[in-house]
Order: sequence, then structure tokens, then C-alpha cells
Amino acid sequence: MSEAHLEAHATGHDYASQHDHHTPTGWRRWVLSTNHKDIGIMYLVFSIITGIIGGLLSGVMRLELQEPGIQIFHGLAAMVYGLDASTVSAVDAGKQMYNVFTTAHALIMVFFVVMPATMGGFANYFAPLMVGAPDTAFPRINNIAFWLLPAAFILLLMSLFFEGAGGVGGFGGGWTIYPPLSTTVGHPGPAMDFAILSLHVAGVSSILGAINLITTIFNMRAPGMTIHKMPLFAWSVLVTAFLLLLALPVLAGAITMLLTDRNFGTKFFSPEGGGDPILFQHLFWFFGHPEVYIMILPGFGIVSHIVATFSRKPVFGYMAMAYAMVAIGFVGFVVWAHHMYTTGLSLDVQRYFVAATMVIAVPTGVKIFSWIATMWGGSITFRIPMLWAIGFIFLFTVGGVTGVVLANAGADRALHDTYYVVAHFHYVLSLGAVFSIFAGWYYWYPKMFGYMYNEFLGKLHFWTMFVGVNLIFFPQHFLGLSGMPRRYIDYPDAFALWNRVSSIGYYVTFVAMIIFFYATWEASRKKRPAGDNPWGDGATTLEWTLSSPPPFHQFSTLPRIDSTNAH
Amino acid sequence: MVTGQFLRKLGAAAGAALALSPALAFAQEVGKGHPEPGQFHLQQSVTPIMDSIVAFHDGPLMWTITLIVLFVLALLIVIVVRFNAKANPVPARFTHNTLIEIIWTVVPIIVLIVIAVPSFGVLSDQLTTPDGERKYLGANIFSFGEVEVPAASLTIKATGQQWYWDYEYVQYDNYVEGASPDQILGFSQNIMPEDDTPGVNGAAPTPGRKSAKPNQPRLLAVDNELIVPVNTTVSMQVTADPAGVIHAFAVPSFGIKVDAVPGRLNETWFNARETGLYYGQCSELCGKDHAFMPIAVRVVTEEEFRTFITAYAANRDYAAAAALLPAIQ
Repeated sequence: MSEAHLEAHATGHDYASQHDHHTPTGWRRWVLSTNHKDIGIMYLVFSIITGIIGGLLSGVMRLELQEPGIQIFHGLAAMVYGLDASTVSAVDAGKQMYNVFTTAHALIMVFFVVMPATMGGFANYFAPLMVGAPDTAFPRINNIAFWLLPAAFILLLMSLFFEGAGGVGGFGGGWTIYPPLSTTVGHPGPAMDFAILSLHVAGVSSILGAINLITTIFNMRAPGMTIHKMPLFAWSVLVTAFLLLLALPVLAGAITMLLTDRNFGTKFFSPEGGGDPILFQHLFWFFGHPEVYIMILPGFGIVSHIVATFSRKPVFGYMAMAYAMVAIGFVGFVVWAHHMYTTGLSLDVQRYFVAATMVIAVPTGVKIFSWIATMWGGSITFRIPMLWAIGFIFLFTVGGVTGVVLANAGADRALHDTYYVVAHFHYVLSLGAVFSIFAGWYYWYPKMFGYMYNEFLGKLHFWTMFVGVNLIFFPQHFLGLSGMPRRYIDYPDAFALWNRVSSIGYYVTFVAMIIFFYATWEASRKKRPAGDNPWGDGATTLEWTLSSPPPFHQFSTLPRIDSTNAH
Repeated sequence: MVTGQFLRKLGAAAGAALALSPALAFAQEVGKGHPEPGQFHLQQSVTPIMDSIVAFHDGPLMWTITLIVLFVLALLIVIVVRFNAKANPVPARFTHNTLIEIIWTVVPIIVLIVIAVPSFGVLSDQLTTPDGERKYLGANIFSFGEVEVPAASLTIKATGQQWYWDYEYVQYDNYVEGASPDQILGFSQNIMPEDDTPGVNGAAPTPGRKSAKPNQPRLLAVDNELIVPVNTTVSMQVTADPAGVIHAFAVPSFGIKVDAVPGRLNETWFNARETGLYYGQCSELCGKDHAFMPIAVRVVTEEEFRTFITAYAANRDYAAAAALLPAIQ
């Protein structure tokens, strides 16, 4: 370990001495970047751009669902495909297009918004800073990992413009890409092949990023920073990177089999050739369930720091917090078939997955209560990041408890594939992961850019968004309980009320996003200097010892961690 | 035996307490066989399986999750009030408290075990086809089973197609004297189109729901309902076109949902205690008309069913046999 430190030290020092006075400028600084902070910023910008696209897609869906009947998509399809909007074919194209929108919304949000923001942006930027490293272990891998992502995104966008099914562009089989709907049976056109290639490239990007972060965290911690003194965000990144490393190859295998089924006559998932569509579901969810923890775990880390910072109090139960994440990551790999209770699994198998799934509630509860205990007795200032963190804790609790409901196969029988599930996973992701991303953004914006947000605008953003997202997703529990299935372009009239409320919630959230962009523009215009540490003595991690923004290369002399300034 | 009775009473008492669930704090008229406008509750149950799902969801689950959320909310409110910088200028420095950490690990485990007990019972009932001996939980999910369910006397196979359902009465010899076991009665179930749906290539609209079935809800009404007898255990075999895609057969008021997978034959069962029309919808994304392949099950009296199935077996004409039944209101 100490040798690695010396090496890291030496490399950082050499590099700094070569480039200290002529850091790359212009496009070279970004395109050829091997700097973890610049790459982190690029990930965040990428995530904002894709987030706008993914958010607008859901906006069109909410417009469509605001009233019973088909209002938007037949016209949209008519516009895109030059059909007469009043004809059956325009309506048919519109129906398929709706499915394409739901699919694209999910794939973009999962692979191109949340993962790049947390494991790309924040992890790249702050994990090395927090462990006192000059950069990541493999700066060039970091560069390629980032640049594969726009390539993957372009492949996904291209898929929208190639035929999927019924003459309509794009793949409309859901982000779960279940065969046979995703084989040539359901989608004969090349759109699905583009989507598969996109996922492959995005997967390679994530695996490379994961390798880089694991190596950095294991080998490049500053002297004295033992693994048990490491900040919780670094812990969360480490656990998440392992999940990525173990889960993504399984997805890659599954979609490769799908690709050969589609193009080379294999029958992995085709019953007429002895294959089984359910095999794909097992493989997909073996990836897919850890994937949901991949999206939320970095948020756990971010929130821990924010809660401690603004309470001016160290994190309560550090070891339990760290190992709760390890436990969640581990158990997350053995619960996948709770997504498949209705596929015809045997009674014993369902019993096992019920029990295993409910176990996850225990470490999750430890995290929630430890955050509360961190705040308990604190001297709390409710700055913008703290509002987002507290909002996260509450909304994640709501999303978590509906997860306990769904974990029970007996209750899931009534709720599987209904809007209850949509409400549940948006509470943990759209309200959980996204709130943690905004918390991190407002927390670290002063560090990354050196300026302060307008306190009022940031809080206005929070409250508008808090009202908006709850209006969108809380009524969806009611829709699910009363039986409205997911992925429906049109619904029986009885579901009209809650769908309308949900759509109104979207518009409120839309206003919140406008406030966010205005506030960001305002912050960059007004240039209120942040100073090294705008958050006071509660902010104890290493990034606050650096200037804002940090120098192009930091820690050319490695910081030394003694026993007093642990986590 | 005394112990058994005591436990049963205890179970009944627990069930009664749990019936005062947070979900029912706003008593609401809920749909039987279909959702009501603005409904925020599970659809009304007409089977022992759905009875136990409703009891389980409204009871232990809703109580637990509501109390957890309120508890966390209360703690957050206390924190905001008591531990803001003005009220508490000097922060405490504690970072550990072994006792409380043990409590918040152990208490959730106990809560989960309490949930798991009825959960496994409800689940086992769903996946165990009645043999006439086994007792089912019904609404009293803390009992050891008190609802008698007869063995299946009718077997029906549902096949998901893009985008409609095919049904076959596979085994109905309890209702038709001398029915040959290999004579399968099959029909298709399509969504009722709206009257104003334009025909292909500008053809005149076909008569649809509004003229033929004026009182049936849009997107749920079908041309041919699946007709089954009341108070009868029906064994459902569910699959999909071997060359097609996955669908899911679901009827909320029956508490059943099972995927229709190409190449697999899944099984479920129901025993409806009230006559009427019960709707469901395809519950696995299956392509463009996923939202337009509803399921409608019409539960009729046993005499009506005998009349229907006898005529159907004799003439192999679903429409003519269904016309023998009283008109749906």
C-alpha cells in the first residue's frame, strides 16, 4: 500500500512539474482530457443535456395521459411519418411511438442521466479529492470511459430513427427489453440492434469507469487514510463500482445472446428452438436489480456528507453506514427474481425471493435512522443542499416502504406491472436518486465552479420540485392499487382523475426545472465567490481544504491523515 | 383443540384490529370488477385469494408503512424544530450509541418477520390449486385457513395473442353429459371498438361498444366474454402464441395475474362468489396494442352456465350459446 502511495505521489509530482504553467487549453483541455475534474464536469454537462431530453420525453407522455383517449401521439406520428392524423395507421403508429417514448425515457434516465451524474460526474470529481489522490489511477481510461458515453448515446438516438416495428422508428419494448418482443418477432427492424450496441458501449464505459475508481480508491488513498477512515462518499463509490463490475457483464452477455438471436439464427430465447424467454428475464434482472442500487448508492454517500456538514456534527455510526452499503450491494445480487413473481416461478422460489428481498429493508433502515441520528443534536443550518438531503431522506423512505409492500409476492400479485410499481421506483429514483444528485450539485457547485448559488432561487427550486414530483407520483399509487397497468397509452375513464393530477405535477416540475436553469445562469453571471469552504466547520472532507475550483492538479504533496480528522 | 380455538379467536381479533386500516380511514366505494372514478384502493374482492390480498395489504402492510413514514416524518420535524442552529447553537459530538443501533436493526427484523408470516400464507394460497381438502385463508390472514374451496371442476386455457385473447374450454365434462375429453371449445376475445373508430381505408365505422354494449366501460368492454359459473373453482392455464410475445392475464377483483409466456403453460385458479362482469387488462408490455386487449370474465349462475356450455358444446357457436344468457345490464 505504501509503495502505491509513493508511486502516486511521484507521478502526480512529475505531471505537475511538467504542466503546472501550461495546462492544456481550448478544445484540447476537454476532448483529450485525462484530468479527473475536467472529465467529471464533462460527465455532469452530458448528464444535464441528456436529462433535458429524457425529461421532455416524459413530458410528452404526461401530456398524452392527462386525459383518457389518444390526444398527442397520433398527431405526432402523423407529423413524423407524413400520415393523415385521422387514419387508423396514424393512430397505430402513435401507439407504437408511445412505447418508444417510454422505452427511450427509461434507457436515457438510467444509463445516460443518473449513472453519468453520480458515477461519472461526482465520483470522478470528488472520490479522488476525498481520498487525497492527485488524480484517478488510469487517466486515459477515464478519458475513453467518458467519450464512449456520447457514442453510446448517439447510437441510442440513432435507434429512434431506424425502423423498430410496424414502420415506426425506435424500440418500443420497454427498458427491460424482454424477448420475444425485442427479438425479430416483436421488433424486426434494426432499431433494437442499435439499442443493443448502445447498451454495449455504455456498459463498456461504465466497466472502465468502475475499474478506474476501484483502483483509485484501493491504491491511491493519502497516507494515513485507511479504508475505515475513508469518507462515506468514497465508500459508496467503491461499493457501486463493484456492483457495476459484476452486474454489467451479465447484461452484456444477455444482450449479446439477444443480438445473435436477432441476427444469426440462435434460439437462446425462442421456445420453438428450445430456448426460453424467461432465461432472458433472469439474466436481465441479475443485472437490473443491482443496477437500481448502482443508481441510489452514490446518493447515499452524498447525503451522508451533506447531513453531517450542515448539522456540524460527524456522521453517526460511520462503520454501520459503510457496511450497510456493502450489505445492500451484496444482498442486491440475490433478490433479482422479485421482478418476476408473475412469470410462473414455483412457490418455493417465490418464498425465497420474498424473504431475501425483505432483508434489504434492514440495512436501508440503518441508513435512514443513522442520517436522522446524525442530525439529532446537531446545530443545523437549512442551506440549499440540506433541503435536498432532507427531502431525499423523506421521499426515499416513502419509496422504500412501498418496496416492502412489493417485496411480498402475495401482494405483488395485485400490483405487479401496475402504476404502483411506477410510483415506487420513481419515488426511489426520480425523487430519491435525482434529489441526491441535486443535493450533490448544490453542495459541490461552489467547489467545482467557485461561485455561490442565490440562496432564494435554490430553495425555490427545491420547494417547487418537491411539490411537483410528489404531485406526479403519489397519485400513481392510487392508480396502481385500483388496477391501472403500466405502459398504457390510453386507460379506462375511471383512471382520469389521478392521471390528470399526475400531469399537473409534471408541469409544476417543469417550472421547477426552469427555475433551476435560471438559478444556474444567475449563479454563473453574478459570480459570488465561494471561498475554499463556504459551508463552515461541518465540512471536513479533503475537497474543502483546496481552493474553489481546485487547482488543475491537486495534492502534489499528499495530505497526511492523522487520527483526529477521520471521516 | 382449546389452543387451536384460542389461536383462531386471536387471529380473528387481530384481523378485526387490522381491518381498521389507514387505507380505510377514507372509506370509499370501490369498483367490483372494474375501477371507479377517482378510486384509490384495491378493487373489490370476489374470491378468497383477493380477500387475503386485500386483508394483507390493508392490514399489516398499510399499518406498517404508514407508521414508518409518519415516524420518520415526526423525527424530521423534531429535528427541524429542536436542532436548528438558532435553537441549538452548539452541536453535540456523539457519533455512536450501540444500544440504539441494535434497536433499529432488531426492531425492523421483528417487523419484517411479523409481515412475513401472513405474506407466506397469502402466497401459498395463490400458488396452490385447490384439491377440495386444503383450507384457504380468505380475509382472515392470521388464521390457519378457514375457507373451504372445492377442487377445480372446470379448466380453461387462455392464450395471449397480438393483441387479443384466445380461450379454450379444455375440460368441462362436469357440466356437459358425455362430453368428449378431446373436444375443445375455443373462441377469441377482442376489444369492443368505439362507434366512431374509422374503418380501414375510409370504410364506414363498425358498430361498437356504444351501440352494442352501451353500459360497458371504454377499453374494458370486449366482444366475447369468458363465461364461468359462480362458486366454482376454475383452473386457468395461461400461455401465449408460441410464435408471439409475452402477455399477462390479470383480473384484479379475482386477485390473479400470471404471465402468458410463449412455450410455457402457467397455471392459476379462481373461485368467484358473485355473479357479474369482471374486467382485467393485459399486464405485460406486448407491443402497440398492449393497452387494447382487455380481459372480461362473466360469472353466471351454475344453471346459466350449464345452458351456455351445453349449447356451445352442441353447436360450437359461442355467439349463439352466449345469446341464451340474460342480457348484461
